[in-house]
Amino acid sequence: MHTGFLTIYWRDMLRFVRFRALLFATLIQPALWLAFFGIAMSNNFDRLTATLPATPGVRTVGYLTFIGAGVIAMTTLFTSLLGGTVLLFDKNWGLMRETLASPLPRIHIILGIGLSGMVKSFVQSAVIMIFGLLLGVQFFEGYTQIQVIVSLFGIMLFIGIFSLGFLFLSVAIAITMESPEGMQAVITLLTMPFFFASNALYPVNSFPPLLRALSAVNPLNHLISVIRYFTIGSDFSSIGIHYTYTQGDVFVSFLALVAFTGIMFLIARWRLSKVTVT
Amino acid sequence: MEDDIIYVDSLEYFFGEVKAVDNISFTVRKGETFSFLGPNGAGKSTVINVLTTLLPMQKGRVSIAGYDLKTEPEKVRESIGIVFQELTLDRNMTVREILEYHGKLYSMPKTARQARVDELLELVELEGKRDTLTRHLSGGMKRRLEIARGLMTQPKVLFMDEPTLGLDLQTRIRIWDYVKDINQQGTTIFLTTHYMDEADQLSDRISIIDHGKIIVSGKPWELKNALGEDLIYLETSDNSEAGEILKQLNSVKGIKEKTKGIVVMVNVDGTYLLPEIMDKLRTGGIIIKAVNLKKPSMDDVFVHYTGRELRDAEAEKGYEVSERARGH
Repeated sequence: MHTGFLTIYWRDMLRFVRFRALLFATLIQPALWLAFFGIAMSNNFDRLTATLPATPGVRTVGYLTFIGAGVIAMTTLFTSLLGGTVLLFDKNWGLMRETLASPLPRIHIILGIGLSGMVKSFVQSAVIMIFGLLLGVQFFEGYTQIQVIVSLFGIMLFIGIFSLGFLFLSVAIAITMESPEGMQAVITLLTMPFFFASNALYPVNSFPPLLRALSAVNPLNHLISVIRYFTIGSDFSSIGIHYTYTQGDVFVSFLALVAFTGIMFLIARWRLSKVTVT
Repeated sequence: MEDDIIYVDSLEYFFGEVKAVDNISFTVRKGETFSFLGPNGAGKSTVINVLTTLLPMQKGRVSIAGYDLKTEPEKVRESIGIVFQELTLDRNMTVREILEYHGKLYSMPKTARQARVDELLELVELEGKRDTLTRHLSGGMKRRLEIARGLMTQPKVLFMDEPTLGLDLQTRIRIWDYVKDINQQGTTIFLTTHYMDEADQLSDRISIIDHGKIIVSGKPWELKNALGEDLIYLETSDNSEAGEILKQLNSVKGIKEKTKGIVVMVNVDGTYLLPEIMDKLRTGGIIIKAVNLKKPSMDDVFVHYTGRELRDAEAEKGYEVSERARGH
């Protein structure tokens, strides 16, 4: 097997570790979301929902636990969508010529960026989880050790597929755009519908029909549901809503994410095959 | 054909409607240093970009190191090294990492990579900078590092696009020394430049290129000889009459009119011919106001063949060409 993508991965990780400020911000920023937004909103939501009758026999979790999964998924979305930016700079500064004039098949550029972005997302997710547990997020409550390990693998699998999908999208955008400002604008525009048509911060159950339909095909929504399934359980209630996830739901989410990532890969490959850098 | 490491036949390249490369054919022999000399925008970089697979082949036939550019671009890529016109170094990687990255891109095994890095850093005298980020290197050092990178995979042909652009004279001379070294060690070099002295210093053969066409090709001395042994510049009271008189001399090869004077191309040592010329003119009743004698340079060659100065070369005093682009 050609391992050229590891070269691309190596260089991208080198830069990631070398930019101390970026590294620091990447790790701290999601934790701050949880600390500020999470705690502030958690008090409000818990107060508002305190009067709602709890579903008998169902475990109730606080708002902070509810959005814990949301923050992990959201961070993965943002980081992944920005993960291809390096290619825009490489293209504009002529650095990409070296790579494109080498015998390395172009597909390895996509795979290498995908791999490094995925690893970054794993690291971030781990930081959020650890920080969340310290703040009082009730993940893995009543799980045996084996269940925790299985859950962690499950989370990694889904975060991996999801982040690859958005990294491929990011690569496609980066390779197509001319300026970093343009790319920034497109990404901001893209994050809005993904983020707000999801159940990251609030339930989608009371959305109007159109938004609900949108959220049903939203990859972010699928990821969040699956993370909740693995971290909280298949049957719980939060902010007055009763959530159940079956293994079938998880499998549907898996297929949805694989399909999304597959399509994004094809788009990235097509965009990269079109690029000429001189 | 067997000794031709680069073979180009009727190459054309269009950017949309604009023909940037116009039916160019040439060959480069194994072990040669071959130069494209021409002004910015002449099409030199476009040719290099096509030959190095960065631009697609549109029309023509090219083979490099025995591989057809159109059907075996991967093989071509493996056989060549490139030093690009602009700096293409990641500011946040160290000198060693730059070379390592390049070696990895070409699937060099680890031990070979490390040995080659040591060897090249010694060649371009950057051993002390091994772990320095490239952002902290001077312009000349960056250029040397890029040359080392181009050689990392021991390519059969090294392409260099304007290797000394924007560098000071001392640094340029140093880089020329490396280029000569590299060539002596057996690497074929394809160079583009708009510096006359650079082409003259380094090349075994030169093609002068302008407006996407090859104007003339030859060894530096052949090209210079076409102008004769010496050039004598004269300003007189009647330039056209002076020209008429001097044309009758056997040792005068040709005469070119300039804004204020004439340039006389002579076949013999001008130092000894000059007194005779001055005598002849004086007898013809012409007053000589200024005289200058010089050996033809690559600049003169370029002007001679294209009818104009290199667009961005410094115009030499008294040698401005009044008429533009007479062509050849």
